[in-house]
Amino acid sequence: MLTYVARRTLATIPVMAVVALFVFSLLFIAPGDPAAVIAGDQATPADVERIRQSLGLDRPFLVQFSDWTWRLLHFDLGRSIFTNLPVTTMIAQRVEPTLSLMVVTLLLSIVVAVPIGVLAAWKVGTWIDRAIMGFAILGFSVPVFVVGYLLAFFFALQLEWLPVQGYTPIARGLWPWLENLILPAIALGCVYIALIARITRAAMLDVLQQDYIRTARAKGLAQRPILFVHALKNASVPIVTVIGIGIALLIGGAVVTESVFAIPGLGRLTLDAILRRDYPVIQGVVLLFSFVYVLVNLAIDLLYTLLDPRIRY
Amino acid sequence: MSPPPAIALPAESVAAAPTLPDLWPPVKPLRGFTGFLRRHPTVTIGAALLIVMVLIAVLAPYLGTVDPTTLNTSRRTREPSALYWFGTDMLGRDIYSRVVYGARVSLTVGFSVAILASIAGLAIGLVSGMVRWADGFIMRVMDGLMSIPPILLAIALMALTRGSVGNVVMAITIAEIPRVARLVRGVVLSLREQPYVDAAVAAGTRMPMIILRHILPNTLAPMTVQATYICASAMIVEAILSFIGAGVPPTVASWGNIMAEGRALWQVKPFIVFFPAVFLSITVLAVNLLGDGMRDALDPRLAKGL
Repeated sequence: MLTYVARRTLATIPVMAVVALFVFSLLFIAPGDPAAVIAGDQATPADVERIRQSLGLDRPFLVQFSDWTWRLLHFDLGRSIFTNLPVTTMIAQRVEPTLSLMVVTLLLSIVVAVPIGVLAAWKVGTWIDRAIMGFAILGFSVPVFVVGYLLAFFFALQLEWLPVQGYTPIARGLWPWLENLILPAIALGCVYIALIARITRAAMLDVLQQDYIRTARAKGLAQRPILFVHALKNASVPIVTVIGIGIALLIGGAVVTESVFAIPGLGRLTLDAILRRDYPVIQGVVLLFSFVYVLVNLAIDLLYTLLDPRIRY
Repeated sequence: MSPPPAIALPAESVAAAPTLPDLWPPVKPLRGFTGFLRRHPTVTIGAALLIVMVLIAVLAPYLGTVDPTTLNTSRRTREPSALYWFGTDMLGRDIYSRVVYGARVSLTVGFSVAILASIAGLAIGLVSGMVRWADGFIMRVMDGLMSIPPILLAIALMALTRGSVGNVVMAITIAEIPRVARLVRGVVLSLREQPYVDAAVAAGTRMPMIILRHILPNTLAPMTVQATYICASAMIVEAILSFIGAGVPPTVASWGNIMAEGRALWQVKPFIVFFPAVFLSITVLAVNLLGDGMRDALDPRLAKGL
């Protein structure tokens, strides 16, 4: 067991190395002179030269990469071209809203998606099942900012139940914090709920055909313990897997959701960085999110042994 | 192929069994193309909606539109009316015309990414599945690429290039390739263990021929389904990129761009965001329905579950 944890943890290192190498090489893969592209169309040759120097682009590729990796291992992501602040500082300032949004969305999605997935599997073939699956395909198809605008229009502008935009730090109280996150979390959660509900239903349908479910029915167990104890526990591995994979959707969607609801998080940081062509910041955010994604999926892989004792490594 | 010989049953047991028509009404088999469409209503609905969108895109100049880039500062942000069906935007451009022309951008990006990512992913997946020594290396690289959330990868790529439809297509394609490659590799790994592949090897068929005749055709069904999903996700990513200002240039009428321009005014003029949003959602829904229906039709085992 311990050797498995160690092996699986070590296996993330080459993945992270590929991510780092790729994110770094993007500058060189892109056509044209990277310094000129970052400087923009109105830049003078002096501006281009300044950017080339500040990014160290005038040195050989391998020297740049080893230097960059060395600094990365010391949690140094370089400095922003625009504000000249360290990228890590800029990220640290913006982490709370994004983290709050993602955690609230994650919890909301699981709490909604798993029960409706179970319900769809239980009532398979009925109109309840079809309605849930219909909503799921709709959830996949309506882009996150469309859901966001619709929700904000009806629940914030028309009904005035919730604030339209903005963010309140959690330090100012739980409700003011949550109040601002409800609509963004629903908007961001739509795709995620659709994904989890679909996989939950599929996994449940598979498990409900097993012999031990028939045995549980035969010995007279009620429907609810069968569904939630016998079936859901055994269907949990694919569900947990898709929750991990879906984090990628959540990360991508957060960038957009934050711009719709004016949440000053990492998404907004990325957005501003794009407009200013502040490449070190973009690089830093992409790296951070990718590492988070890899680590979350590592944690989920390790969780399998707890969920299903038959899995031994 | 002749049917297997029927097993002879004792006469009385056959007579005792109820005949089928007593239990079920006779089922008329649904044959041919119309039969296929009737058995898979999601394919029909999805395809119909998609054809309408393609027609809108192709016939854009003949649908009562004006030049989507014509500026007219004297008629800014008009509400929808008989003259301006979907209203006008901040620069006085006709939103109806812009939305209709926007279909061209979305569909071009969606289809191009689906085709390019499929071809590249197929090639990488085939090599990875067939060439053992390359497999480990290729898959580690794909794992790494897949660890970067696709939208962020596309954003990073777009931040380094000039906004154009071609660059958007390339950026989204690169982000989607690993998923196709993984799928194809998985299919190839299971196919190469099939007896008919062994038989082909034993018969002395050369490797390129085995791939062409026995492996490739069997990857096409799952690939087609994957390609439709890629098409749907590419259209969403294109809209997101344009919406946050990292997509096609602002002068191009794309649904994401129209929404980006409406963003500042959406609380007072929600219709600017509304119309492109509806068109985008319907188009993506159409492609997703088509994908789901095709998956059910092409792989009945999967159909039951998802």
